[in-house]
Amino acid sequence: MSSGLAAVPRDRAEIIERAGSWARRNMWTLGLLGLLVVAFAITKLLQPNYGPAAIQGLAINILPIAFAAVAQAIVVISGGIDLSVGPMMALASVTSAVLMKGQSDLFAVGVVLGVILLGLAVGAINGALVVVTRVPDIVVTLAMSFVWAGTALLILNTPGGGAAPWLMAIISGPLGSPWLPKAMVVLAVIVGVLWLPLRRSTLGLTLYAVGSSRLAAFRSGVAVGPTKIVAYALTGFFSALGGLALTATGGVGAPVPGSYTLQSIAAIVLGGVSLAGGRGGVLGPIIAVIVLALVRTDLFFAGVDPNWSTAIQGAILIGVVMFGSLVAMRRVRA
Amino acid sequence: MTGTAGTAGTAGTPRRASLAEGGWRRIIRDQPLIPLVILLAVLVALLEVAKPGIVSGNWLATTVRAAIPLAILAACQTLAMLTGGIDLSVGAVASMAAFLMATLATGQGPVVAIAIGLVAAMIAGLVNGIGIGVFKVHPLIMTLGMSLVVLGLMSVYQLLMVRSGTLIPDPILWLGSGISFGFVPNSLLVFVPIAALIVVGLRRSGYGRLLFAIGDNPIAARLAGTRIWQVHVALYILSAILAAVAGILITGVANTATVSLVEQSVLPSVAAAVIGGTSIMGGRGGYAGTIVGALILTVLTTLLTVLEMPEAVRQVLFGAIIVAVAAAYTRVTGEA
Amino acid sequence: MIDGAPDLLLNATDVAKHYGAVVALRSASLAVRPGEVHALMGANGAGKSTLVKILTGGVRPDRGTIDVRGKPFAAHSPTEARRGGIVSVYQEPSLVPDLDVRSNLRLTQTPAEAVRHWLAELGLPDLDLASVVRDLPLASLRIIDLARALAIEPDILMLDEITAALPANLTERVLEVIGRQKGTNRSVIFISHRLIEIAAVCDRATVLREGSTVGVVDVTAGSEDRIVALMLGDIARGGPVESAQASARAARAPDAVPRLTARSLTVGTKLSDVSFDLYPGEVLGVVALEGQGQDELFDVLSGSDRPSGGELLVDGAAISFRHPADAIRAGLVYVPADRAEALLMQRSVRENIALPFTTRFGAWGPIDVRGERRKVDKAIATLRIDTRAAGEVRRLSGGNQQKVTIARWVAGGVRTMLCFDPTRGIDIGTKQQIYQLLRDLAGAGAAVLLYTSELKEIQLACDRAIVIFGGRIVAEIAVAEADEATLLRAAYDLRPEELMPEEVASAAVGVDAAETAVVDTP
Repeated sequence: MSSGLAAVPRDRAEIIERAGSWARRNMWTLGLLGLLVVAFAITKLLQPNYGPAAIQGLAINILPIAFAAVAQAIVVISGGIDLSVGPMMALASVTSAVLMKGQSDLFAVGVVLGVILLGLAVGAINGALVVVTRVPDIVVTLAMSFVWAGTALLILNTPGGGAAPWLMAIISGPLGSPWLPKAMVVLAVIVGVLWLPLRRSTLGLTLYAVGSSRLAAFRSGVAVGPTKIVAYALTGFFSALGGLALTATGGVGAPVPGSYTLQSIAAIVLGGVSLAGGRGGVLGPIIAVIVLALVRTDLFFAGVDPNWSTAIQGAILIGVVMFGSLVAMRRVRA
Repeated sequence: MTGTAGTAGTAGTPRRASLAEGGWRRIIRDQPLIPLVILLAVLVALLEVAKPGIVSGNWLATTVRAAIPLAILAACQTLAMLTGGIDLSVGAVASMAAFLMATLATGQGPVVAIAIGLVAAMIAGLVNGIGIGVFKVHPLIMTLGMSLVVLGLMSVYQLLMVRSGTLIPDPILWLGSGISFGFVPNSLLVFVPIAALIVVGLRRSGYGRLLFAIGDNPIAARLAGTRIWQVHVALYILSAILAAVAGILITGVANTATVSLVEQSVLPSVAAAVIGGTSIMGGRGGYAGTIVGALILTVLTTLLTVLEMPEAVRQVLFGAIIVAVAAAYTRVTGEA
Repeated sequence: MIDGAPDLLLNATDVAKHYGAVVALRSASLAVRPGEVHALMGANGAGKSTLVKILTGGVRPDRGTIDVRGKPFAAHSPTEARRGGIVSVYQEPSLVPDLDVRSNLRLTQTPAEAVRHWLAELGLPDLDLASVVRDLPLASLRIIDLARALAIEPDILMLDEITAALPANLTERVLEVIGRQKGTNRSVIFISHRLIEIAAVCDRATVLREGSTVGVVDVTAGSEDRIVALMLGDIARGGPVESAQASARAARAPDAVPRLTARSLTVGTKLSDVSFDLYPGEVLGVVALEGQGQDELFDVLSGSDRPSGGELLVDGAAISFRHPADAIRAGLVYVPADRAEALLMQRSVRENIALPFTTRFGAWGPIDVRGERRKVDKAIATLRIDTRAAGEVRRLSGGNQQKVTIARWVAGGVRTMLCFDPTRGIDIGTKQQIYQLLRDLAGAGAAVLLYTSELKEIQLACDRAIVIFGGRIVAEIAVAEADEATLLRAAYDLRPEELMPEEVASAAVGVDAAETAVVDTP
């Protein structure tokens, strides 16, 4: 019958306990960081020449997927899911490539801004449909993935267009130390400047609240519908960034979304974001993207057939999720 | 389990506006097949208008022939969605079964080759079922992961078998692409028993009841004695078997077998089930509507091809229709 | 006193709401004076919850006027309701589970200091605001919810079963704080089934029945009878169910084998060393205050959970359950309190009743349609279920829904039935039916274990009762001595001369209540 209340920490033992509970809550991200270190170590072992050039390549490769992971993380944290992340990226990619081709650098800046706005709008449309029609988000975003993919194909049905040189330059090569890829800096800056303050703000709080418990959020005075629309708009925003990254890294617009949606879902699941909403962040998924890329690299260096790679990634996804589920079930029983 | 006290309300939730206003809304709710069939008829009419003379016995046969594998894949989705799940691995499993059959047919004979394909599918389904039922992994993630695993394994296998080539056994070709009497596709021979089994099974078997029950309220189902994991395992094995059958039929139509042959039919299979009135939240739906949904999608594809719309337009329309139809269902059934 | 008193804080008149053909509210009214603690009472189906939803912005009424402080009130969301002057504390805490308390307060822009002050008043001075809501016990969450509402200082505070999940000491503080609101010009609407608390703290009570306000009662000593009479209406407040008094309590054969035996059952810290026997042909009542371990006991008996110690015997043979299916196979069927847990809301009445028939793996095949229909029809007739509002079970009234949860087991024949608060929130008429049914089942040889939160009903339906307090059995009481007062004392684990918390709270606010009561009596 005791209420089991948590008291305000009064002494060192309590502070240590609080630190312990912080670690427990962020255990997943910490574990991922550990995995990252291990993966790097293995890479170095397998390929002692793995140096700055390779890291550059890695960074450029993962930049679009990292943005996709951030996009997916935001919408899942708010309690939804977006199966149209890949097509939204494709749409942004082709639009930017078509508009930028042969234009001045200044014009290209406008294009970039315009495409970002486009991403916001596209995402907002997704969100509005989810909220207004009350159809489950899986179905809506599944359907919209057709719509956006088709739209991208209409704009460009094969890779084409061009990318402004400055856009390509901004993400290729190192910044300062040869070990620091510009691509990673760009990622860190954008996420740091845009997401971190957002997360601490009231809007960020409402995103987590709506994902955690729609009813409680509603009763706490949160406007649930508009909040969800904002979440989807942000997803569109980061998807557009991913699409721009595709154009920047490839030099052309890429109309076929490939498996980016799938990879974004894998990334957030491995990154510790709960599919039920309300828990997780964007750091975990980003680290997960890097880890997965390193795993692919390690398998390649180890001489494993790249097709095994696909199977292994699928197996990792399933294995990790099963593991996480097992842990959760054990905790409930205890 | 302190539960809520009495003021939980008569049903605990606000009641949606009842449809005593009757009319078209009640029809959609209680007899969902009728508006679907009407929609199908409208599309066929449009087709005839777009290209007069196209609607014929032969056209009917080719349309049905094309719709059957989609309808079988959509059966997998229907069954899974009834429990609130989904099976995104049907494409990979279908391709796998077809590919195994095609590559092993010369060496082992068609019967053994098909059997091996089916067994491989069952194993995939078993893994899905265990992941979802025992480990409680979200079906979207589990089946997505499995599709990667199966695809990867098949790619590896393909490299091993590159020398033996593929062969589609003649009976399969006959079943998959043959048309008898001018308007009856032979695959109906396979499809009609399957469809009948599913439609009747959902309504008249204990297992069918449990699918609905689990989708509606897994807690209640458990308290009444259902071992939910068993139902899930059986479900995904069944789904995998159906996917394998669909894959084999597809190779019969396409006369080719590749590792990712069926991949592009996965999302349309979900679409067919949604259009057919099965709710992805579980507990509501059926297969008859799904069949009509598959036909609708097939006729729509033909219509767009005849109108010489680029593939892109087809995709956009697909998506728009799914949203519109799903929105209509949600409004009419009053689901939250 | 003066008709149409101009200084009413809340005046709702002739409020009506229907959902299609179903009338939830016919003509409800509620008049609350400033500085008053006003009880809102009524069984489920009476319209209480609908009225609450209208006042809190969840639902729009079809008709009626609602004024707060003389200004029209029409809210479509909790935020608008709050602006209109009404703040509600619901049964499920409106706290976001994955955020900490402080963030939750930020969400509603409630100053933490004010909340801290009220937390201290309510008995939780040391609550750490950095705790994640998910990690806190339900009682703490309800107090936080209440503290947050109080910090807003609304004109009208609406409390929905606020004491339901609270231990006795917190209940006492809550009632005390509520009582203190009487000095201000703000009011409290107190929704509860607990007559004792209402008597302790409320000035007046509005009673709803079948969608209309049937009376407003000044709460004084002895007004409980009037309140209950109003709630029951024309149905005679049934005397003890017939065979309850009959000698179905005939002496049991001395060597009768108990249907169910619990020996030293232990579940974590919630249940310790519980032992009892349940014999065929009897209805054994379980009495306990909220959260004393009865939930865990029933979870174990029904196979939902496993005990950490002790053993269970069915018909004398030791047995252990890993899953509800095991319990069902051993003849133990379970009727849970929460209908939302028991029913397939989108399916029909027949499918719900027939559910257990197909759960075993062996029963997955074709259904024997005719046989099933026979059994289901018989169960519907036995329970007198009104299937007129056919189709989905969620359209039925609460009472009918509860009957379906019971019919499900009756259809297959009952050996041992575990009922957890089966009559919670159900109209009196249906309650009587259910108790008669339980007695009939017992008379036919079944063994029934019945937990009810309404002590009155032990004498109506049971042969004897065991009382659980703090996870242990503290008393066994024969039906003849099982009157409400005795049971309540036992439930608090008190010796006769000790005072109960409600009496303490009552004393604390009693003086004021007595004074206003004298003034209000016409």
